[in-house]
Amino acid sequence: MIIGVSFFEYDGISSVPAFQFGNYAELFSSRITLTLYLKTIEYALIVWAITLVVGFTVSYFLVFHVRSILWQMGLFLLCTVPFWTSNIIRMISWIPFLGRNGIFNQALMGLGVTSEPLEFLLFSDFAVIVAYVHLFTLFMIVPIFNSMARIDRSVVEAALDGGSSRWRIIWEIIVPLSKTGIALGSIFVITLVMGDFYVVNTMSGGHSATVGLAMYNQIAAVQYPPAAASAVILLVIVTLMVAAILRLVDVRRELAS
Amino acid sequence: MQRDLGKRPWTFYALSAFFALFVAFLYGPMSAIFVLSFQGPTGGLTFPMNGVSLRWFSALFQQERTGDFAGGFTRSIALALIVLSLTVAISVLAGLAFRRRFVGSTPVFYLAVASLIMPGLLVGLGVGLTYQTLELTPSWYSSALGAQLTLTLPFGLLIMFAVLSRFDRAYEEAGRDLGASNWQIFWMVVVPILFPGMIAVALFGFTLSYDEFPRTLLTAGAKNTLPMEIWGMTTNVTSPALYALGTVTTLVSFVAIILSLGSIAIIQWRRSRGPMAAKMALANTQAALTNE
Repeated sequence: MIIGVSFFEYDGISSVPAFQFGNYAELFSSRITLTLYLKTIEYALIVWAITLVVGFTVSYFLVFHVRSILWQMGLFLLCTVPFWTSNIIRMISWIPFLGRNGIFNQALMGLGVTSEPLEFLLFSDFAVIVAYVHLFTLFMIVPIFNSMARIDRSVVEAALDGGSSRWRIIWEIIVPLSKTGIALGSIFVITLVMGDFYVVNTMSGGHSATVGLAMYNQIAAVQYPPAAASAVILLVIVTLMVAAILRLVDVRRELAS
Repeated sequence: MQRDLGKRPWTFYALSAFFALFVAFLYGPMSAIFVLSFQGPTGGLTFPMNGVSLRWFSALFQQERTGDFAGGFTRSIALALIVLSLTVAISVLAGLAFRRRFVGSTPVFYLAVASLIMPGLLVGLGVGLTYQTLELTPSWYSSALGAQLTLTLPFGLLIMFAVLSRFDRAYEEAGRDLGASNWQIFWMVVVPILFPGMIAVALFGFTLSYDEFPRTLLTAGAKNTLPMEIWGMTTNVTSPALYALGTVTTLVSFVAIILSLGSIAIIQWRRSRGPMAAKMALANTQAALTNE
């Protein structure tokens, strides 16, 4: 059955080059394509860096600083509950926050930090990145938390006994031992950002575009052949990025166990 | 990490503050939406509140104002229930099958993981194009169902792997020794033990399908599901009705979460008090005493 379902998408995507080939030439000769990809990769890298730092810090706190298992699970659930609610709703919930008359601007003006509302908050790169981080940090926390929870405490104890500082313990014990979780989280976040179109569409207010959004617009204009061509290119690039991560870290052990 | 259980290092407080900020970041905007959906009749999309009313909730049910909310809602729930049942059934069977290394199990596993990280719009496009090529009419119960299963099945399978890694095959063998048929072993031994894991899979199947957007967008056909309605509203509707819809859908998700987590907790609690747990506790105590 899984074969059947995976066959679905394989079938759809591989059937594409069979009847439309000329679209690739157009894609590669266009300068817009390059800008689109640069923008997409820029978003992906910024969001990846932020979610990595936040996800690592949150997991580290939960695993090594929360003592009771009950509290640990409770706080972990608190972090994962939004995952089970609608992404679109969570995204639009930033609009009343960041808007021109939004909560954030009113608070800033109330405090006397600025006299004019800040325009760059909503419908900008800033808003897009905030929304991405808000939506996707969970995908970083869950795998990192899982691999950190498996670290043997006695290793950390031994390092403390040996007089290591906390920083050295983090860098030389915890980071290497949780690297499969970090790799898995990175794969999730990068593929999610690369494939997204609705966050960019809504949160940038039409000011910036990514590959996914361009594809969505082509589909909306019933230009299926070029959309399918860029779908294949996007798929190749995402696969290459995932393969690069898998080369650095062997995730298989983690998944297989 | 702390050796002396009394005093906590300053880093604990710094990290707690960071964590609290993160939780506020997660839940703050959502709670603002809940409050704003009770906006008074003259109120706008942001604070301040101009009175309190249920006006925007009732606006949802007037079709011409906000699109076909009731229809989308019914279809979403129906689709989510179909996805839930298929995901649970297939993940459990596939998870059990993966315990033996059958021919081609590795490629199948990688295909499943690949479809998990495949960008949703591409899946939707692929399924949509296939339907077009085959001259079939896409609809929410056929093409959208297939597109959503590419997301929920790998999730369900990974959860079943985690659950099954803690499953002791000795229970099955005990059943066989007592003369149970394969069918009886499955229904009377395996399913009851795996039941909490199956609830977790069901939770994922339901909520992922109910909120699924990028895969469904190109495959739902003429009749939309709820996320499509919301998407349409983000561009057309500039009234707090949008927030009211957000509140309603989030409440449905929360009900699903509470029901499933609650029933898992009850089952685990019962187990921890049942005769099995008593025996295990006894065994643990004996082991501890012999170690002394």
